[in-house]
This record gives sequence, structure tokens and C-alpha cells, in this order.
Amino acid sequence: MSFILITGLLLGGTYALIAMGLNLQYGVARIMNLANGEMLVAGGFAAFWVYTAGQVSPIAALLVVAPLAFAVNWLIYRLMLRPLVKRAKSRGALEVNSILATFGLSFVLVGIMTWMFGGGYFNYSYLAQRVDIFGASYGQNRVVAFSIASLIALALWLWLSYTRAGLRMRAVSVSPESARLVGIDVPAVSGLAFGLGGAVTASGGALISMFFTLDASVGVMFTMKALIIVIMGGVGDIRGTIVAALILGIAETFVARVIDPGLTLAAAYVLFLGVLLFRPQGLFGSKPT
Amino acid sequence: MITLRDIRNLLLAAAALGLAALLPFYDSGYILSIATTMAMFTVLATSWALFSGPTHYISLSTAAFFGLGTFVTGLGFQTLPRGRLPLIAAGIGAVLAAVVGLVTLRLSGVYFVIFTLGLAELVRQLVTWVQNRTGQRGMYVLTSITERDIYWQLIGLAALVFLLGWLIGRSRLGFALRIIGNDETVAKHSGIDTAMAKIVLFMNSGAVAAVVGALLAPRYIYIEPSTAFAPILSFQVVIMALLGGTGRLWGPLAGVIPFTILWEFISRHAPNQTLLLLGVAFLLIVYVLPGGFVGLYDRLRRRFGAWGQ
Repeated sequence: MSFILITGLLLGGTYALIAMGLNLQYGVARIMNLANGEMLVAGGFAAFWVYTAGQVSPIAALLVVAPLAFAVNWLIYRLMLRPLVKRAKSRGALEVNSILATFGLSFVLVGIMTWMFGGGYFNYSYLAQRVDIFGASYGQNRVVAFSIASLIALALWLWLSYTRAGLRMRAVSVSPESARLVGIDVPAVSGLAFGLGGAVTASGGALISMFFTLDASVGVMFTMKALIIVIMGGVGDIRGTIVAALILGIAETFVARVIDPGLTLAAAYVLFLGVLLFRPQGLFGSKPT
Repeated sequence: MITLRDIRNLLLAAAALGLAALLPFYDSGYILSIATTMAMFTVLATSWALFSGPTHYISLSTAAFFGLGTFVTGLGFQTLPRGRLPLIAAGIGAVLAAVVGLVTLRLSGVYFVIFTLGLAELVRQLVTWVQNRTGQRGMYVLTSITERDIYWQLIGLAALVFLLGWLIGRSRLGFALRIIGNDETVAKHSGIDTAMAKIVLFMNSGAVAAVVGALLAPRYIYIEPSTAFAPILSFQVVIMALLGGTGRLWGPLAGVIPFTILWEFISRHAPNQTLLLLGVAFLLIVYVLPGGFVGLYDRLRRRFGAWGQ
């Protein structure tokens, strides 16, 4: 039982990082980014590539992956999504358009990645030794990935809570209209949040590639899980996202171990159903008045 | 009120469908095969657009309903009367759609999109799990049904769906849906049961997709979860409907014909690039052709004056 709990927590920590990336993009920039999972896979590909080609550790690769992903996502926001925000007449219209646009982007990315890397699975062996926690052994790579994910999440949380730039971001997340009135450059902050979200997700991808076998088309699965986590934790709520991610990690591990490894998505859906039926505003959200 | 224009349109539609039904006498090989695919997507995209067009709720779950339909035929074609299978499929599709609708359609559209995005994969996992438990594998659907029969059944179904769409468009329900699509708050305040209206329409498109699956099962011969619930079908349907445009009943059809031909061409000559094509088509719709061909047609008509009225 404690084995399931710890394995679940280790998995959930990485999920938390991925979902935090999506939450920045959806909560602040108001873009429901369905290409989020492809950014994750791209980050994983990058880590795989530098490790197999140059024996560079995936952790060092983060130093390249994160800035690169930031730049790419910032550009995507400026070139593709900003025009949609400008022309949208309502939040609903923006939602439909951004869903279609990012969905298209996700297919284009899958197409490009299949073309570059082929359709097969890829993984590599890094830190594959065992490490003992409470009498059971776990993959060292999982523990390391979890620790780094926690560090990044902590840094992000501190930055959002205690810096002026973080405050601006939270202000836009609460209300873009009012943020504009107090002199915040909403488009600039949104672009920053979108880029940052992409960087966080891609870093999560690089970390997850250390212990998870990826392929070019697996991204949508992660998008789905990240979306469920964000909805469950509450849009724009970092604490909720972390808790929801850990719950999902544990639930998935439990289902995979006890019932059937082929039912992991079903586990996510059960949680999603519960949230939709009882707490659509998120775990810690208050009911809208 | 049925006006002269309505009668003209009905007659034109009947003539077009009648003409389409003659196709198997002309060719029973490659062209019929493409035409069957087109008929399938016409039914799927038109019934998708009946719900998603006016409400702007993007459903990404056609494959889930379609796959269930193929399984109904796969499991029951030896024991049950053949005419009853599509009805059972329709029932199951409607029930699944009602469940999804009850859970998500009371809330905002985002929840609906997310829920439908993974639905096909969820159902596939569950069906695979049940199969593993009962020790079953994929199944063969060997029947005497030919492609020609399937084609005719699909044309009949298309006629039914078009008629239904036409009736809904003239009914209170259709009016309610258009108001919901324009402004859901206004709709609520004018006393429309918005959740109910959406659920009923979504059940309709779920049932139709399941029937299409049930009708097409003999075409695939061998049925297993990973092919029956292939999620790409959902996205093809969305693309075709939006490319054609959902503003008119014939809109999806205008998207189905060119896209099926293009898809056929790409998957023959560059099978690895079909996803790229799908992605580019999505982007094209958002940035170049909002409203699809129907939107383009309306814009052109506005610019060059109304002809043919």
C-alpha cells in the first residue's frame, strides 16, 4: 500500500509540473492550449536527443530545453493566438477559436515529430538504479525527476507569490479588465505567461522522459490528464493544481496496480466525473455567485 | 408554414439524394468505395453540425459512438435480427450521449470539450478491459452485405438526418439552440431549458454516429477496439463539418466531398503526413476560412448581390 502511495506521489509530482504549465496558459493567458502535450513530448525528445547524441544528462538539458520552449511558446502566442484574442467578440468565441487553433497546432507538431523521429517508441536508460524508501525500492530516475519537479514548482510558486512580476500575473489571472485599469500591460503579461507555461511543461517532458517511454503521438494523453488536473484543482489555483496532480498520480498508480494497467485513463475520468458532479469550481474554489 | 421555397428545396434535396442512390449502377469498385466513405462522413458531419453548429459546443467524441455501433453489430449480427441492430446501436449511443450531456452540458463548454476529447479512448480502454476479462479478442463480421447495400443504407440515413435537421431548424428546439449559441445567458433568462435542449441534440448526434458504426461494421470485416475507436475519426468529422460550414444544412456536405478526396490522395501518396494535413486544415479554418465554405459563399453573395433568389 505504501508502495502504491509513494509511486503515485512520484508520478503526481511530475504531473503537477506539467499541469502548472497548462494552468499558467489557461489561467493567465486565457488560452485553452490543446497542444500542451506536444510541448511535453518535444521536451522529452530534446532530452532524449542530447542524452543519446552527446551523453549530456537530461537534467543539464533542462537549461537548454526551458529557454527554448519559452521562446517557441512566446512566439506561438504572439503570432498565432494574439490575433485570435484581438478578434474575439466574447470569451466563448475565443475559447472555440483557441481550441481549434491549438488543436491544429498539436496535429502539426505530431506530424513534424513523426517526420523527424519516426513513429516508434523511444526511451533511454538514465539513473536506472534502485533506491530504497521505507523498505521498498524505486527507480532512482523517478525520485530525481520528482525532486527536480518539486524544486521547479516551488520556485514558480515563490515567484508568483512574492515578486511584482508574479503579482501582475496573478492580477491578470483574476481579471484582465481590471488589471488593465491599474496599468498592467495585459498582452505582454499574457505572452509571458504562455511562454512560461510552455517552458514549465517542456521541462516536465524532459523529466518524464527519464522514466517513461514516449512516442510522437502520446501528447494528447498528457494534455487530457493536465486538463483534468487543472479543472480539478481550479483554474489559476497553483495549490489546487498540485493537490489534484498528486491525487491523480496516486489514483492512476492504484488502478494500474490493483485493477488493470490498461485502465489509467478510466481512473482519471472517475476523478473528473466526481469533480464535475460535486465541485465543478475546483477542489478549493468557491461557488460563483 | 411551408412556403414554395421550402417545397422547391425539398424536391431538390430529394432529387440529389435519388441521383446519389443511382451511383452503384455506374461503378461498383473504387468510386463506390470512395462514395461510401463520403456518405458515411456526410451523415456523421451533418448530425455533428446539428448540435455543434448552433451551440458552438465542439464535440470530439464521434469515434466513441461510432465504435460502440460497430461492436453492437459485431456482437449481435449472428444472433439478432439484422434490422434490429441499428436500433440497439441508436439506443446505446443516445444513452451514452445523455450521460455525457447530463454531466457536462449543465456547465460551460470547456468541460464538454475536455470530456469528449478523451471519451473514445476511455470507452476503448473499458471495452478492452471487458474483453480481456472474458477472454475475448477481436471478432470477424462475415456477412453477405456488400458495399452497395451499405451505401444505400447510408444514403437512406442521410435523407433521414437531413429531414430531421430541416425539421429541427423550423422547430422551437432549433430556435432555442440558436439563441443558446448567440448568448446562453439570454437564453436562460427567456425561460429556455438550455441544458435540456443541448442534451437532446447531443443525444441525436450520438445515436446517429452509433447507427453509422453499426451499418459500417460489415465493411471492416475484422473488428477490434484499437481500430473501432480510432480517435482520428472524431477529428475528421469536426474538420469536414467546419470546413464546409455549419451555418446551413448542406454545409458539412460541402466540406466532406473535397476533404475525403484530399485525404484519400494524401494517405495514398504520403501516409505519414495525414496528421499534418489535419492540423493544417484546422489552422486554415480558424485563420483563413472562418465559417467554412458556407461563410465564404455568404460573404461572396453579399458582395455580388443576391442571385437566384
